[in-house]
Amino acid sequence: MNKKVLVPVLAAAMAMSVMPISNVFAEDDLIKVGFAQVGHESDWRTASTKSCQDVFSVENGYDLSFVDCDNDEAAQKEAVRSFIEQDVDYIIIDPIIATGWDTVLTECEDAGIPVIVIDRTIDDSDKYAAWVGSNFKTEGLAAGEWLKAYADAQGIEEINALVISGTTGASAQIGRSDGFNEVAEKYGWNVIDEQTGDFTEAGGQEVMENYCKSYEGQFNVVVCQNDNEAFGAMTAMDNAGVTYGPGNDVILISFDACTAGLEEVKAGKITADFECNPLAAPFVEEVIQTLAAGEEPEAEVYMVEHWYALPDQIVDFEIDGEAQEMTEVTDEVIEAQY
Amino acid sequence: MNKNSTWARIKAWPLFLPVLSLILVMAVNIVHDVYIGANPFSFFMITLRETTGNGTILYGRIIDILNRGSEVAILAIGMTLVVSSSAGTDISVGSVMSLCASFCCMLLAGYGVSSTSELARPLFVGVLGGILLGVLCGMFNGTLVAYFRIQPMVATLILFSAARAIGLLLCNDLIVYVRNGTFGIFGSYLGIIPTPVIIAAVCIAVVAVLLKKTALGMYIQSVGINDKASRIAGLNSRRIIFLTYTICGLFAGIAGIVASSRITSADSNNIGLYFEMDAILAVALGGNSLGGGKFNLAGSIIGAYTIQAITTTLYALGVASTQAPVFKAIIVIIIVSIQSEPVKNWFKKRNLAKQTKGVA
Repeated sequence: MNKKVLVPVLAAAMAMSVMPISNVFAEDDLIKVGFAQVGHESDWRTASTKSCQDVFSVENGYDLSFVDCDNDEAAQKEAVRSFIEQDVDYIIIDPIIATGWDTVLTECEDAGIPVIVIDRTIDDSDKYAAWVGSNFKTEGLAAGEWLKAYADAQGIEEINALVISGTTGASAQIGRSDGFNEVAEKYGWNVIDEQTGDFTEAGGQEVMENYCKSYEGQFNVVVCQNDNEAFGAMTAMDNAGVTYGPGNDVILISFDACTAGLEEVKAGKITADFECNPLAAPFVEEVIQTLAAGEEPEAEVYMVEHWYALPDQIVDFEIDGEAQEMTEVTDEVIEAQY
Repeated sequence: MNKNSTWARIKAWPLFLPVLSLILVMAVNIVHDVYIGANPFSFFMITLRETTGNGTILYGRIIDILNRGSEVAILAIGMTLVVSSSAGTDISVGSVMSLCASFCCMLLAGYGVSSTSELARPLFVGVLGGILLGVLCGMFNGTLVAYFRIQPMVATLILFSAARAIGLLLCNDLIVYVRNGTFGIFGSYLGIIPTPVIIAAVCIAVVAVLLKKTALGMYIQSVGINDKASRIAGLNSRRIIFLTYTICGLFAGIAGIVASSRITSADSNNIGLYFEMDAILAVALGGNSLGGGKFNLAGSIIGAYTIQAITTTLYALGVASTQAPVFKAIIVIIIVSIQSEPVKNWFKKRNLAKQTKGVA
């Protein structure tokens, strides 16, 4: 760029940076929120971002600075530091990795800005106000307890389950496996095999293709740890002549409950789908309101999640003595889902 | 003596070691099946199976290997030519696969649509669009390598990191589902045979004929062996290198369409992930030198199916997926080292010693 152009541009940029941005809108009473998002790798993530943008809108009295960190952990820490410089009122972080946060969070604490962590966790620091996210283990427990109740209702005595797990080591994989295996152990079920499908449709397809050959006629339950894996497993079972879904040979259980997943529940292919709610923002807003009122929020806030099925597959079950409510999949429900 | 010379002739066959490796990998299954008391050849059984919705199909582990190995086999064709002509690898093929798949699905679904069962455009527009984009990517890589003389790994690193991101942009950051039976045809079955197998076979046949009937194969090898000497001999070395990268891009596009059709969606983040590594490995397992020059296309294809045979075998053995990469690595180390020069020389020396002993 030519120097003659550069100088006025730079001057303008400097003037802009000195001028507080909120003055542009002449509304100093907006609550400033900074959100450092992981990236945009899945439908779930996109829904999570949209949820924050909807809730922390100007109409609702917020001024949101949103940074998509594109799965770059260094960029995420830089984003948090830039929020401190902008002197935002609250910082929301969905940490890309669980460690290395203490320094940055101490800086936030020194600046007096409360941090709210969502979705993924921070392991090496407790300098944040609250964590908001899904309880993956509860999701796994729900799938297990539902299966028990459903099998009893159907008169199925023996459970021989094949699990297609998510990316090994991901918190969703660990939690869902833990939960389901705990229930399986409690009732003495046979979990024949557990292989990873990496949360992808292609992965689910290949694993199921091999399951169908290795354990031909030996299984009556397939648990996929997300909807994409379930789509893949469906194709593989079709090609092996195995029937699945309500009233068929195999009970197909899935997690996430994204729109495409619920459509398959509606079509009678996935027997039950256990939600992983991406819409964290309303819960974060509650935490912010608690903090604004000068009260202490709960350290761990678990989001409300739904367990979806068609009416004939809806059965009563409990997790640790707590009765669970299931949601019937209708067109309206699918429409409203992310 | 006669038997001996037949054996010697087999051993001298350039594909001897790659084929032997493939056979050894599959033989593990016989041992395993005998051990667990099953039919020793259950791994190799191919039967006809009635499906839900796809009619009758061929069914069996061998079919799975041929089917699932298709994408890497298709990529390996292009990779072999690139390696031979430029003594470098095209590490962008996996990302280009993803980009082509995304572009194809975007054309078929319409921009910003995340799920559709109706095609927005005729099927051939999407498929051709995807493949052409692959060719364009190949031409981009080829231009950088051949005319700007940038090292292949650096040149292809650009699309390696950018192509997947462009694909995400095309898909509006979403997984685009094209749940339409006609699009699924490239990843499912044509009659009783998996379509990817047919596509791979056609690609291999076309290139094999092209190499056999024209002097292209010789040109590529001569450029790879000595670029300057070839130029002095009258070959347009630059154009030949450019051509190999373009062909590589073409096959990346085709592989991308196959991968995307299998799942009838464009999963930009995951389609073709790490496939560039498998394609390079296939070339190496086929007994080809990554230093360029002489190449053996059949070897690379066998290498590609060997990789898939390892994966399928590990599934058949029930190896936990957390440990599978370790076993895969061990098998690859063994295969690569029995094909390495020092080991080959050691065998030669030993044989020679045996022979001289016999004479004495």
